[in-house]
Amino acid sequence: MTIKGKAYIAGVFEHPTRKADDKSLAQLHAESARGALADAGLSREDVDGYFCAGDAPGLGGLSMADYMGLKLRHIDTTETGGSSYCIHVSHAAQAIAAGKCNVALITLAGRPRAEGMATGTAPRNYGTAPDVAFEFPYGPTVVNQYAMAAMRHMHQYGTTSAQLAWIKVAASHHAQHNPHALLREVVTVDDVVNSPMISDPLHRLDCCVITDGGGAIVVTKPEIAKSLRRPRVKLLGAGEAVKHQMGGQVDLTYTGATWSGPAAFAEAGLTPADVRYVSIYDSFTVTVLITLEDLGFCAKGQGGKFVSDGNLISGTGKLPFNTDGGGLCNNHPANRGGLTKVVEAVRQLRGEAHPKVQVKDCGVALAHGTGGSLGTRHGSATLIMERE
Amino acid sequence: MATQERKIPAPDPSPETRPFWEAAAGGRLLVGKCKTCGKPHYYPRALCPVCGSDATEWVEATGRGTVYSYSVMRRLPVPYALAYVTLDEGVTMMTNIVDCDLDAIRIGQRVRLVFKPTEGGPPVPMFTPEGS
Repeated sequence: MTIKGKAYIAGVFEHPTRKADDKSLAQLHAESARGALADAGLSREDVDGYFCAGDAPGLGGLSMADYMGLKLRHIDTTETGGSSYCIHVSHAAQAIAAGKCNVALITLAGRPRAEGMATGTAPRNYGTAPDVAFEFPYGPTVVNQYAMAAMRHMHQYGTTSAQLAWIKVAASHHAQHNPHALLREVVTVDDVVNSPMISDPLHRLDCCVITDGGGAIVVTKPEIAKSLRRPRVKLLGAGEAVKHQMGGQVDLTYTGATWSGPAAFAEAGLTPADVRYVSIYDSFTVTVLITLEDLGFCAKGQGGKFVSDGNLISGTGKLPFNTDGGGLCNNHPANRGGLTKVVEAVRQLRGEAHPKVQVKDCGVALAHGTGGSLGTRHGSATLIMERE
Repeated sequence: MATQERKIPAPDPSPETRPFWEAAAGGRLLVGKCKTCGKPHYYPRALCPVCGSDATEWVEATGRGTVYSYSVMRRLPVPYALAYVTLDEGVTMMTNIVDCDLDAIRIGQRVRLVFKPTEGGPPVPMFTPEGS
């Protein structure tokens, strides 16, 4: 059984804040939910399925369903880091196709800035996980783990810092048009490679922003989607995968997109050549580069060449990406960028992106999430959608 | 820049991995091996992650390997090199490269085992360039 054509994304919302000193975590989730439901033209009473992940406070889905007063017959709190929300869209479609849910609500929120979290440079202690004793003593942080992937890719394929920098350059060209983006200044390759080195080879500008805020998505069944007065975004295919250390056979040069991408394309009956716009998880420049290879937009090892010379810039490049400015320049709320990836893809398909970055005839879009760590274990999720 | 002394947090031995940490205290690095499929694995665990068997055993590693990847974290008060080292036994483990010029570390470099003390816990296996 396939989910192709069985579910539509009817509502999306990105919270406008990037620093939420005056709001609680639960409040940010609920405000995002309100925004997405209003966007869809649906009400809270229509929601019968709820999806959230590790960013939801307390008992997660239970605490948030309570706070928001939801009446549910389906709940799913799949947690795969920043990719969770892409997986939630797929799981919502599966529930809808199985008749378990009519209107699915997905929310994300966080306040890392307001809470003073040292997102990139503090080693994360995962408590009783079996890997902790064998990893935590060595000081693995978010940035140095992704940096090890970049170092290996450079060693194996000759990828350069300048090539990685083009990814940030492209995102900045898009962010300049986004009034809510945290970083709106257009940067050059030199700006990126001359920014302070955080962990070899990743400079500050190779890293995404740290922002507060969140967002929400509403997924619904075809009959309801067709009754709403919004451009229709139909889900065609979805893939998900988990990549880990495989018992010590570590290979950092590819990600789980190697599996989630082909699965999504196969379900959709499409290929990378059919895609007009991509939202690629951009925790770091290297995340984007390796993902584009894994999804098949270019050959393995050719990612550096592919992203160079503005190839990702809308209007001039061959593959417009992250036209809201992405996590690299706009927003990476709660240190989880998967939901905003879906939001911008939906905007593009509806023709509601900023006019300066709107892709002409954007019929098919792809959104991809990478959650967890490229250096150890991560979840990958690929969604392919079309404008009906 | 030469490696400086970073405070290493103590690992918390679990009932499953106690032999590993007892060996570490004695300066020996153990890797996991499966008696059913014959494959080594790291980090070591009671059930083989390759075939699922519970017939696992501990095998002492020679302590020699090659740098698979690394990154020098420069943004913290004491810079250090996070790394993955591929042991001659055929498994790749997370570690630090120490007692060397951080700027001279290279992927493909041959390294050898050195144990470093932790704050109130057993020593942990790290690696230093061969010949140093």
